[in-house]
Amino acid sequence: MKIAVCVKEVPDPGPNRRIDPGTLKMDRSGDRSLNAYDLNAIEEALRLKEAAGDGEVVLVSLGQAKALDSIRKGLAMGADRAVLVSDEAAAGSDLVATSHVLAEALKAESPDVVLFGQQATDGDGAVMWAAVAERLKMPVVSQISELEVSGGTITAKRQTEFGYDRIQAPLPAVLAVADSLNEPRYPSLKGIMGAKKKPQDVKSLSDVGVDASRAGEAGSRTTVVSLSPPQGRGDSRKIEDDGSAAQQILDFLVERKLV
Amino acid sequence: MSTLVFLEHHGSSIQKGSLGVLSKAAAIDPDTSAVLVGSGVAGLAEQAGKYGAKTVFVADGEAVAAPLPQPRVDIVSRLVQEKGFGNVLFAASVLASDVAGGVSARLDAGLNWDLNDLAMDGGALVGKRSALGDTISADVGWTTEPRLALIRAGSFEPKENGGSASVESIGTDLEDFSSKAVMVEQLQEQASGPSIEEADILVTGGRGLGSPEGFQLMEELASAIGGAVASTRAVVDSGWYPYATQIGQTGKVVSPKLYIGCGVSGAIQHKVGMQTSQVIVSINKDPNAPIFDFSDLGVVGDLQAIVPQLTALVKERRGS
Ligand SMILES: Cc1cc2nc3c(=O)[nH]c(=O)nc-3n(C[C@H](O)[C@H](O)[C@H](O)COP(=O)(O)OP(=O)(O)OC[C@H]3O[C@@H](n4cnc5c(N)ncnc54)[C@H](O)[C@@H]3O)c2cc1C
Ligand SMILES: Nc1ncnc2c1ncn2[C@@H]1O[C@H](COP(=O)(O)O)[C@@H](O)[C@H]1O
Repeated sequence: MKIAVCVKEVPDPGPNRRIDPGTLKMDRSGDRSLNAYDLNAIEEALRLKEAAGDGEVVLVSLGQAKALDSIRKGLAMGADRAVLVSDEAAAGSDLVATSHVLAEALKAESPDVVLFGQQATDGDGAVMWAAVAERLKMPVVSQISELEVSGGTITAKRQTEFGYDRIQAPLPAVLAVADSLNEPRYPSLKGIMGAKKKPQDVKSLSDVGVDASRAGEAGSRTTVVSLSPPQGRGDSRKIEDDGSAAQQILDFLVERKLV
Repeated sequence: MSTLVFLEHHGSSIQKGSLGVLSKAAAIDPDTSAVLVGSGVAGLAEQAGKYGAKTVFVADGEAVAAPLPQPRVDIVSRLVQEKGFGNVLFAASVLASDVAGGVSARLDAGLNWDLNDLAMDGGALVGKRSALGDTISADVGWTTEPRLALIRAGSFEPKENGGSASVESIGTDLEDFSSKAVMVEQLQEQASGPSIEEADILVTGGRGLGSPEGFQLMEELASAIGGAVASTRAVVDSGWYPYATQIGQTGKVVSPKLYIGCGVSGAIQHKVGMQTSQVIVSINKDPNAPIFDFSDLGVVGDLQAIVPQLTALVKERRGS
């Protein structure tokens, strides 16, 4: 079974994560790592391959060239190789542009299963799979919290606003997993050492057959018009536990007449 | 300019979120229509008229009975192309998000998500959203038509500001690949146990509890302080705690006097269900956890150590 996993490098959470007020774009200069939710997708891909007894797990990404540093974590977990589409002309791609680039890169791989994480922590869109599935003309199931694959058919359980759905689809299919589906494994030392030697292809837009007019800002259909800081929560307090945290919480609750 | 609102329904009613978006759309664009897709849904069309839809397009048939996204992508995309709608609006949900993503790719139309307000600025639609875990808010726009938007749950209240809609039946022809995924079963979750919507104090456990047994800590604290126990989707999906206690986009929306989050990261889909809590206290060992951005008191530390101490202190204070 050949499994492609779409993974994204994102800015680390914390005070350095920001949108550049000048360019109105995400500041991608700070510390970065692989989107945590994508680890669940990689884990599931590895399990599917292990259950099938053979196959290949390919990580597919659109991002800056230095994103390979983050993507290597997936190789260390056990993925076989990585394809990173990286091109100046792809900077600032929105959903329309990114889904087009990813779909073209995926077509070249002809996977049986395309896996996605549940959301990217920088955009929280949770919509990418639907757009990519549409472009690949494959069935899509999202938010999967239980997954079975047998005889070329997947059966998935997922939560909706009304309870749980059980959905079936034939392969090839696009699947987006919930973070509760599995517990991602930690890369072993051997895995980390071996990751550097695994194939890591950095491709340009033309390598994957994408015209520059359909990527980056040129291929995007949405814009940020202006930014403003949101209303804060007033006098919020943050403390580090030094053994007295429980007492400090109690004092706070007493002060607010909540206990 | 004309606007189309995607109406989601469950059983015999249109979702409140969809009606809220429809009311808002009709208030900013008098030329607003709606689309309903499902089996036996024609009867719901009238309801939509009251909330401002001029025309309700109805795609009614067995082939589109199950709430799956891809058949809806076919129908909505075709309708938008034929009628030339300038704006297409969706109230965010598990289903609507997948429909919107698909339509965006089919029509190469820009999609802005997580909007909490819409406005007209000189004839152009402007969306308002907050980003990066609500640490910044942005005005967003579109460079081409149609403009697609997913509206954050609970942003607009339904308002009866319309009259009666004309109903127009549309086809349910589907692409081959759109009907490959099939619904095998839809399980309704029974809401058993105490209702978290009524409690003044909610002690919420997340995946940071480490195991289902961790909820004992939550139950002890809740009983000491006089509250109920709530949870996140990650622990519900893992089978650690019942669905009826889940807060968030696909769970319940709560506004207790006090919310105490233990081992909860504060993902945006959880936040939308509890952000109107009067006081928010959180315990998380990760100093960068998003929940600290909207906590009145944030404690960086190990819940396994802090929660039992807090329970003991509360018991002592309340003399129980
Ligand atoms: C369409 C959609 C709908 C969704 N709907 C919902 C919804 O309705 N409700 C919902 O909750 N989520 C929902 N989600 C999921 C949401 O995005 C998050 O995945 C989920 O809320 C995470 O749950 P969590 O905080 O329990 O787990 P995690 O995100 O895994 O967080 C666990 C936290 O515990 C902390 N921790 C670990 N150990 C300790 C310790 N010993 N002491 C203190 N802290 C510790 C960690 O630092 C971490 O921050 C939805 C997602 C999507 C895409
Ligand atoms: N630039 C990208 N490259 C590869 N995969 C991506 C990219 N952006 C998003 N994804 C995938 O789409 C999922 C959802 O992302 P989003 O819709 O942006 O929240 C992520 O978990 C990834 O699996």
